[in-house]
Amino acid sequence: MTQLAPVIAAANLTKRFGDFTAVDGITFAIFPGECFGFLGPNGAGKTSTIRMLYGFYPLSAGSLEIFGRDLHHNLREVKYKIGVCQQDNNLDPDLSVRENLLVFARYFDLVREKAEARAQELLDFFGLIHKQDARIPELSGGMQRRLVVARALINDPTLLVLDEPTTGLDPQSRHQLWEKLRQLKARGLCILLTTHYMDEAAQMCDRLMIMDQGRILVEGAPLDLIGRYIGGNVIEVEEPGGELLEFLKGEGISSETESTRLLIYTADGEALFRRISQQYCSAGCTLRQATLEDVFLKLTGRGLRE
Amino acid sequence: MKTGLQTISWRFLRIWQRNWDVYARTWRINFIPPILEPILYLVAFGAGLGYLVGEIPWEGRRIGYAAFIAPGLLSINIMQNSFFETTYTSFVRMYYQKTFDAILATPLNLEEIILGEIVWGATRSLMATAVMLVVLSFFGILSYPSALLILPVAFLGGLAFGAAGMCFTGIIPTIEVFNLPVFLFVTPMFLFSGTFFPLEQLPFWARAIAYGFPLTHIVELCRPAALGVYRSGQVWAVIYLSLFSMVTVPLALFLMRRRLIH
Repeated sequence: MTQLAPVIAAANLTKRFGDFTAVDGITFAIFPGECFGFLGPNGAGKTSTIRMLYGFYPLSAGSLEIFGRDLHHNLREVKYKIGVCQQDNNLDPDLSVRENLLVFARYFDLVREKAEARAQELLDFFGLIHKQDARIPELSGGMQRRLVVARALINDPTLLVLDEPTTGLDPQSRHQLWEKLRQLKARGLCILLTTHYMDEAAQMCDRLMIMDQGRILVEGAPLDLIGRYIGGNVIEVEEPGGELLEFLKGEGISSETESTRLLIYTADGEALFRRISQQYCSAGCTLRQATLEDVFLKLTGRGLRE
Repeated sequence: MKTGLQTISWRFLRIWQRNWDVYARTWRINFIPPILEPILYLVAFGAGLGYLVGEIPWEGRRIGYAAFIAPGLLSINIMQNSFFETTYTSFVRMYYQKTFDAILATPLNLEEIILGEIVWGATRSLMATAVMLVVLSFFGILSYPSALLILPVAFLGGLAFGAAGMCFTGIIPTIEVFNLPVFLFVTPMFLFSGTFFPLEQLPFWARAIAYGFPLTHIVELCRPAALGVYRSGQVWAVIYLSLFSMVTVPLALFLMRRRLIH
């Protein structure tokens, strides 16, 4: 992928609000056809980064190129080719579902016939055609979210930016939206996604980065990150004894204590699990596949961010 | 990044169009105030109070009280339509509906959004004035064709008050605080701009303050037009309202950028 020119090239991207640094000199590149994820706890700087991408926040330092053009000087031109789905459901409650799309199309200078056709196509694609004359408050949460994504696609963008697209949705709605996003990705759309759901990131993203306190902690493909930071499996041991801890220390196996549980990270789960469960396990002991969530919690810690 | 006036393109009309679309959906409700308000005021003040007041001396003539206050009502209508549009209504769009946030992700910039809102406010003043002119014509207290000059005055006055309203929207912390400019800015003007009684009734110092009010200058333009009299002082009223807008429009753009873009 790296031989292609990047869709987004950010270097030393920085955003400060007074004394507070929200984004602390991050560098990353996103390539055509890729789905790239921003992960991180609240306050990691995900939304601040996204807001810089469409000019809502001016940069405090660093450089940002989108489609190979400096955003600072070409903001309007670049915005014609980006679709943004913001975190808030900021649909226009004064307008109907279809009008929301048509009025937005006008901001992108789409002529009436083209806008009508595009709106029709998107309402079909997102299963909203039966609600086209409804007012926004009449829509379910899932429908509203789909309409926000549909609206972000009205200008047929080259880059789709989604800030927490499935937050607050029920599992059915989430899966339906993922399905739609997969179809869009298959057509070659470049997608940038922020999310709090690790399964969403693991399912959707080719590559992702985990951020915390305005910095990038790691970057890579989901499976590579799991392999690199956790190994293949996690063994969870309830109320581990001192012998087990000494055994692990002796063997040099990485582990983490979480209140009454011990999490053991290992590449070779089965053999180790058999040994531990037979010799050291008194209360409870389970073996499971390592997930992106393990990576996330290992890197960002378990403390609450509020 | 360029900021301020030089970044504004014709795209501000997109905001005007958006607001027009919403207005067109609910035009029946929007037409009720400019139809009912002058009727209520004319009945209460014209017939009720006017009976006691009798005729009013104005420009060396004596005119009926209803004919005197009709241009005052038109002027107040011009002020209120744009001012309330760019204060309460724009604030709801900005703060609660996050409409501006959504539009900022499109090729429009903030200056275009805000200018579009202000010009829309002026358009509301113009449309409400047109409706009110029709209603007042039935009372036979407007002189045509000169009363038609009130239409461009409505747009200019609407621009001045729309921009002033947007300046308040740029600095106000919560929607309740709009009570302050309404009480300190709109209400004094409503009463002391030559709307319901001639300014000559006031002591000199109060008259001097009244000539600082933009509404006074709208009244100065509307009353002669409504009564079919032309006066030289009207040029100054046009200049005043133009200068007022030339200060408040850029100020509103500046204050809104300071508020929304960090």
